[in-house]
Amino acid sequence: MRFMMLVIPKAYEKAGADFVPPAELVAKMTKYNDSLSKAGVLLSLDGLAPPATAARVKFGGGKTKVLDGPFTESKELVGGYWMIQVKSQEEAIEWAKRAPMLDGDVIEVRRVTEIEDFPPDVRKAAGR
Amino acid sequence: MSDIHATIDAVWRIESARLIAGLARVVGGDVGLAEDLAQEALLAALEKWPTSGVPDNPGAWLMATAKHRAIDGLRRGKMLDRKHETIGHELEARQVSPEDDLHTALDDDVGDDLLRLIFTACHPVLATEARLALTLRLLGGLTTEEIARAFLVPVPTVAQRIVRAKRTLAEARVPFEVPRAADRVVRLSSVLEVIYLIFNEGYSATAGGDWVRPALCEEALRLGRILAELAPQEPEVHGLVALMEIQASRLRARVGPSGEAVLLLEQDRSRWDRLLIARGLAALERVEALRGTLGPYALQAAIAACHARARTAEETDWTRITALYDGLAQLAPSPVVEVNRAVAYAMAFGPAAGLEIVDALAGEPSLAKYHLLPSVRGDFLEKLGRRDEARAEFERAAALTRNERERALLLARAEQAGRRHS
Repeated sequence: MRFMMLVIPKAYEKAGADFVPPAELVAKMTKYNDSLSKAGVLLSLDGLAPPATAARVKFGGGKTKVLDGPFTESKELVGGYWMIQVKSQEEAIEWAKRAPMLDGDVIEVRRVTEIEDFPPDVRKAAGR
Repeated sequence: MSDIHATIDAVWRIESARLIAGLARVVGGDVGLAEDLAQEALLAALEKWPTSGVPDNPGAWLMATAKHRAIDGLRRGKMLDRKHETIGHELEARQVSPEDDLHTALDDDVGDDLLRLIFTACHPVLATEARLALTLRLLGGLTTEEIARAFLVPVPTVAQRIVRAKRTLAEARVPFEVPRAADRVVRLSSVLEVIYLIFNEGYSATAGGDWVRPALCEEALRLGRILAELAPQEPEVHGLVALMEIQASRLRARVGPSGEAVLLLEQDRSRWDRLLIARGLAALERVEALRGTLGPYALQAAIAACHARARTAEETDWTRITALYDGLAQLAPSPVVEVNRAVAYAMAFGPAAGLEIVDALAGEPSLAKYHLLPSVRGDFLEKLGRRDEARAEFERAAALTRNERERALLLARAEQAGRRHS
């Protein structure tokens, strides 16, 4: 099973466009990434640029509207992710618990869906 | 709250191999004893954690508990076979308490111990089935029941295999070490063989109604990825990982809507897992960065990569694949490689070129029951318009395969060859 561990840093909506994580945290994170690799569970990982540099494309009334960051009114914005392959949701949670996070940070553990999760009509629509 | 058991399972999955590896070193290399101690720690966790909650550092808790059991055992003098006497003597000679020694030993980096554990579990002194079971048990943290389910054999059979394997290791006095020099090549190939056998048991289930059992593939991939981190200087380790990643990328595409097998060239390539392909190609690059010539696993990975890089079956670089198979046939000659080489030649240069290679294998005793030989020969014959012969070959192949789904596929082809004829 695949899970995505989404990092939601505290107050990331208020981070500036020039925000970079402190070297000390990056060092801890690198060590944690290594531990995922050494356990054979890590598939991929990425960090995302601050939401202040992002754009949002909103859909409504058959039209699109582009909004530029920051999105200070939004809560719980994603800062990065790990994709891991494990046997159970509990195992994914155990890995999340081991991550070097700061006070107030959140990791959301989400299972990656497979086509088998969907009913036949949906599978058919996907051409499977 | 029954979730606590799932959590304990998860902790065990993450911690058990490191735990057993660390313990094996301090008890003098007896992996059987190390596993018993680790199991005792697990039982203690199953007893305590439902009421106390899971400790903040569950790995350390398990290690400390197992350590205490080891010390208790040493004190009570209950473990007085040769190895434990040796530990006792060493501890006395150094004038340190057993506790101090164990604490120091367990605090060291566990990576080398993990590598020692892999080499021990895959020791050639053990029968293949024993190596598979012990590896899944010690390195994968799988229960006897899970292993039995994976290989479709009764639980007591697996339990017995594991008990016997541990006994064999103890009796053969297999040292808990990473083999060096010439020995290392042979021992490493045994480790790679075990991992790839686990993978293949999942990828192309030899028995039962399922065409694939992806959980076993994932298990083998995990072991391969661990090994690649522990022995990054070994090109063939990356070769095997590359091969498994690329083959696993096709897992979903290999099974049709009603569970039937879909062959490589007929697969919907949009269903191939791009993430695993990228990982496989990256592993292959690591092989190439290590040295010029490719080993057998790397060559197979390079062949798999040719398929992975082709957006459609028609775009496949068959000429390159024939060259890679020529290399493989030189390095690791086997009738099975010849069959595959024949397929590549047929694709690159026409069915007659393939038939020529396959016909050279006629009468090969090791292939008498190999269903792929008549299956492939049937394919060439069909393409050459020799349909009656083709049908007979497909029927022969169907009679030889042990996989029910594959048999259905072959019988369908036999019928098809016959139908076109009439």
